[in-house]
Amino acid sequence: MVGMADETRKPDGGPGMAFEREIHDLEDQLRELEDLSKRTQLDISSEIDSLKAKLADKLQATYDDLSAWEQVNVARHSERPVTGDYIANVFDDFIELHGDKAFGDDPAIVTGFATLAGRRLMLVGHRKGRTTKDRLQCNFGCAHPEGYRKAMRKMRLAEKLGIPILTLINTPGAYPGIGAEERGQAAAIAENILGMFHLRTPIVVVVIGEGGSGGALGIGVGDRVLMMQYAYYSVISPEGCAAILWKDGERTPDAAEALRLTAPDLSGLGLIDDVITEPLGGAHRDPEIAYANFRETIARHFDELSAVPIDELVRDRRAKFREVASIEGRFPVIA
Amino acid sequence: MSPELEPDVADESKKKKKKKAEAKDPQAPAPPTLDVPAPALESKDKEKEKEKEPPASGGRLSRLRFKKKDMPGGLWLKCPDCARMIYRKELEEKGHVCPSCAFHFTLPGRERVSSFLDPGTWEEMFADLTGLDRLEFKDSIPYAEKLERTVKKTGQNEALICGTGRVDGRPIVLAVLDFKFMGGSMGEVVGEKISLACDIARTRRMPLVIFTSSGGARMHEGMLSLMQMAKTCAALATLNDAGGFSICVMTNPTTGGVTASFASVCDLTLAEPSALIGFAGPRVIASTIRQELPPGFQRAEFLLEKGQIDCIVKRDDLRETISTLIDYGTAAWEKYPAARESDRAETELDERRTEAEANGNGSHERGAVDAEVTE
Ligand SMILES: [Zn+2]
Repeated sequence: MVGMADETRKPDGGPGMAFEREIHDLEDQLRELEDLSKRTQLDISSEIDSLKAKLADKLQATYDDLSAWEQVNVARHSERPVTGDYIANVFDDFIELHGDKAFGDDPAIVTGFATLAGRRLMLVGHRKGRTTKDRLQCNFGCAHPEGYRKAMRKMRLAEKLGIPILTLINTPGAYPGIGAEERGQAAAIAENILGMFHLRTPIVVVVIGEGGSGGALGIGVGDRVLMMQYAYYSVISPEGCAAILWKDGERTPDAAEALRLTAPDLSGLGLIDDVITEPLGGAHRDPEIAYANFRETIARHFDELSAVPIDELVRDRRAKFREVASIEGRFPVIA
Repeated sequence: MSPELEPDVADESKKKKKKKAEAKDPQAPAPPTLDVPAPALESKDKEKEKEKEPPASGGRLSRLRFKKKDMPGGLWLKCPDCARMIYRKELEEKGHVCPSCAFHFTLPGRERVSSFLDPGTWEEMFADLTGLDRLEFKDSIPYAEKLERTVKKTGQNEALICGTGRVDGRPIVLAVLDFKFMGGSMGEVVGEKISLACDIARTRRMPLVIFTSSGGARMHEGMLSLMQMAKTCAALATLNDAGGFSICVMTNPTTGGVTASFASVCDLTLAEPSALIGFAGPRVIASTIRQELPPGFQRAEFLLEKGQIDCIVKRDDLRETISTLIDYGTAAWEKYPAARESDRAETELDERRTEAEANGNGSHERGAVDAEVTE
């Protein structure tokens, strides 16, 4: 299965997680104390308890005051659950369906039948991988045109079979390469965006980690668009934005802030419909809680959507994006 | 402006030095690589900015600059393709096409409208819609101020110009992205106006013709700009369901979120010769794959060869070719009723009005809508 952690995980979660240093120090101290207590039978439970309280406080304080850039790094955390983890831990079963039946089988997008708490779905997700080998193999979640075309093919099958679609977004962006351009990266994404407005079956979209621009939107049109609490969704990477507008890579945190890319920001702008709560400090700190929240929220949204007549559903989906974050009366309405 | 890109930071700093000299306006996306022609307007703007510079007193550099200003620099410009010096007036007379190598310079939006439509048929719509700084986005200057300055500089409210007009007598809805307004980037207003153009094309039953030149999504509007990719496609989906007909002409340059949304999913994708068309910018691709790009990469001819566009049409031939394509695209319209009866009534009313106004223009009464009216 994809994305399983069979390799030693980097303890720090990536270079951008330096803001957790004090938390890591406390965790190390706690681990040492616990080891000591085990080895020596010394009663140091009160010290352990007070350290645990201190750690919890520190974690709370850090995450209460998380900057946008820090949050992006949590979304990119090397231990953060990826699509493969959700497939293995959230769904009752999964049958992978490969290939766009035209050019190839893009490993950066995984598609297949899956069952979520008894509901049969078509699952489409960016596959980012977790181990170095995985990541290289699936191009770090950067899909090629054949990936988007595979996704569309499977989504059309789902429509034909009357099966709802769940897409999981986790990509830094669509791949910028020669082959990708030759095979029509822009057109593949555009065809998916347009095509998803025609699909006569419910669609729920969840940004589970990185929502990187057009590469995310290529599987991002749905009746409900949700985000995991610490995921981000942005028109451009903070690095790219800083390089272009500030002409200074050092200003990346400012760009992250300015782009308003966090779940609470986007929720406030009316761009997303729901936020799935993660355990304090990110899904990787207690994945089971994240999976349970995910399962419960997704099931609820599919149940609500299943009650909507299909014509209405498609009309509402278009209206939702047509009127996205609109200000009453700002734009004319052509009936 | 290309939204997709994860530029290599080390590479960016290299680029920075180069850019410092050429990019006074951080908004106008620098030409993605050296081998890619700089859009004409950018250099024009640069010339203007140079002219604005105060003639400093003393110093070798300022004398040099002063000298440059005295030379008729603004009157001549260099073709990025064949390197020939072209007299600006001549270029304008030739429709911004290089007289020696036929390189197609980026055409200012207004000139596109006037050169493409029958004279006197243009009726602009939604020209008053203006951008909003909803994120209170600020880089070197606040986006609100940037917008204000751009409006003043360009004399128009946003990067998209749309309205109705006629091409060799055929009524059309026309939408033109103007590169000189923040690199033709797509924010809320551009997305909305493309969608409104789709709505007008649907309710009045007219073919939709779009000309693009854009660096992609306007990052100053954050996710609001990314969502315009979805919004425009939602409007196109509804136009498609109503049996609409759409043509997009991609001109130099068309990249990023514009290529990856409405521009690529019209019924027909045309391109002007040698136009740069792509998803990611060539510089980002080169820095990602760390190798040189093949010659002609991402040019219209390259995309035609790879099967990505329907045809390449020279600027001089656009009116004729598109007229013919519209006849094919709307040939069967008479067979199908308009989307709704009320739409049809509105179409007829509007048509009569347009005809009355265009009276004496000698327009050929062809095209599906006209046929419907005479029924
Ligand atoms: Zn030339």
